[in-house]
Amino acid sequence: MSHLSTMPVLEPAEGAKDQHMVINMGPQHPATHGVLRLVLEIDGEIIVRIYPEIGYLHTGIEKTCEAKFYHQVVPLTDRINYLDPLSNNLCYALAVEKLLDLEIPEKAQWMRVLLAELSRLNSHLIWLGTHAMDIGALTVFLYTFREREDILRLFEAVSGQRMMTSYIRIGGLALEPPLDFLDRVQAFIRIFPEKIDEYSNLLTGNPIFRNRLVGVGHLSAADAIALGVTGPPLRASGVDFDLRRDMPYSSYEKFQFQVPVSNDCDCWARYAVRLIEMRESVKIIQQALDGMPEGAVKADAPKIVLPDREKMKTQMEALIHHFKIVTEGFTVPAGEVFQGIECGHGQMGYYVVSDGTAKPYRVHMRYPSFATLQALEVMCKGRMLADVVAVIGSIDIVLGEIDR
Amino acid sequence: MADATTLFGRQAVLDSLPDHPAAKAILAWNPQALTDAKFDFNELTLTISPEELRAACATLQAAGYNFFEDMTAVDWFPASPRFQLSYHLVSHSLKERIRLRVLLEDADPAIDSITPVWPGADYYEREVFDLFGIRFEEHPNLRRIMMPDEWKGHPLRKDYPVEGYR
Repeated sequence: MSHLSTMPVLEPAEGAKDQHMVINMGPQHPATHGVLRLVLEIDGEIIVRIYPEIGYLHTGIEKTCEAKFYHQVVPLTDRINYLDPLSNNLCYALAVEKLLDLEIPEKAQWMRVLLAELSRLNSHLIWLGTHAMDIGALTVFLYTFREREDILRLFEAVSGQRMMTSYIRIGGLALEPPLDFLDRVQAFIRIFPEKIDEYSNLLTGNPIFRNRLVGVGHLSAADAIALGVTGPPLRASGVDFDLRRDMPYSSYEKFQFQVPVSNDCDCWARYAVRLIEMRESVKIIQQALDGMPEGAVKADAPKIVLPDREKMKTQMEALIHHFKIVTEGFTVPAGEVFQGIECGHGQMGYYVVSDGTAKPYRVHMRYPSFATLQALEVMCKGRMLADVVAVIGSIDIVLGEIDR
Repeated sequence: MADATTLFGRQAVLDSLPDHPAAKAILAWNPQALTDAKFDFNELTLTISPEELRAACATLQAAGYNFFEDMTAVDWFPASPRFQLSYHLVSHSLKERIRLRVLLEDADPAIDSITPVWPGADYYEREVFDLFGIRFEEHPNLRRIMMPDEWKGHPLRKDYPVEGYR
């Protein structure tokens, strides 16, 4: 397999200057899902090379983390992959909890699973709506955003925020969920499978949608592994690997679900895999609702977890702990950990290095879109220009997590 | 083999985990390349001497660690050696993750690129080159990736201020 294209200047390859043309797609292009700039070398309408130019959204979040207390990093994580906020929170919290060797109550773990799956549905709904819209099926976008609105309302009910939830904290959850929260999730889950059928009815049999996706963007399993592709695109290339099942975290090992895999390796396979994944998420949420344990949602670690508001007003120690955590943070034993989770786009990972102080020495985020974008050229080479739009939609990238 | 013990030092790890596939593969290939090891937080870390890194990656790839997951650097300024590179590899068949650790000196830090083994390391190495200023020999396209091309300095180094230079 060849390396990725290197295109330092905006010129066609030597010897092809007369036939080839170099054009820019983006950074402001609705089908690039953010600010992605693609430098394309084309021969007529056939793609010869693609050079993705990224970094337009780089805000130095990794550097900012080094200047914050551990608990202050949580709100930064939401803003990286803003379509899947609770998975970001979860991954960071798990990494720091590993360093702290903190025991998380069972109810908090199950709530985390439930919320991570809702977050995955949120991410997949945006993918489906925008992907279909890119290809010309505008209607689906309106349908998926209707259900996304329901999910955002659930996030708002539980955390007070629609998108930047920061609800999963180091040591558990920020607050007890509201009393009717689980009933509301149940009501949503009851209607949602029908909605998936609705999307499927709009798209699966649609000949235009099929023609734009079937056989387009071929990515073999070997290429996918070599280029670091994870998540639904990897499983659509026939590699049966899902961190939720294979390296479980936050009590995922207690849930029964299938991991959809397809051997077709094309955009259609990615569509099919994600659609089934949504149905599996519904199953996981149902199991979480049925078996939700009783108990606390925060670990018993007063020097790390912020006390309840009520305790703060009535107990001296709680007030002192609150003051200490907010003003000085808490120290974390020296060491390095890597925590991987399966988010909507693929394998997310947080690498946290501590030097024993109250601020992380280094936080590195491994985000799936960063690696998946590398596979874009392999998938598009030799195909039509219009297929690039279909392929970008099918790999479901978010530029916030690529640039960080 | 995933017990909750903490082991520091090459000998301690090799004594307690003699059958670990990664450690076994490295020892069978070149015992000298493995300079240190530790096992903590249920994660195995193997320290590899810098000149042997690419060959070590190829060895581990053959031993079942088929997936390159992540790679980044840590700046231990002002300690020496200053830079630590951390590579995270996953085995799809063993369902396990290991970390390779490489230490580099401050003066003109450079190391062999592992893109011949995993082309997917391309962006990761560019990111470390951009933000830490570590060169990767034989990298096909070693240009800045996050910062503008004409940027001065490497923002993730510890002697670079968080607010930047103004």
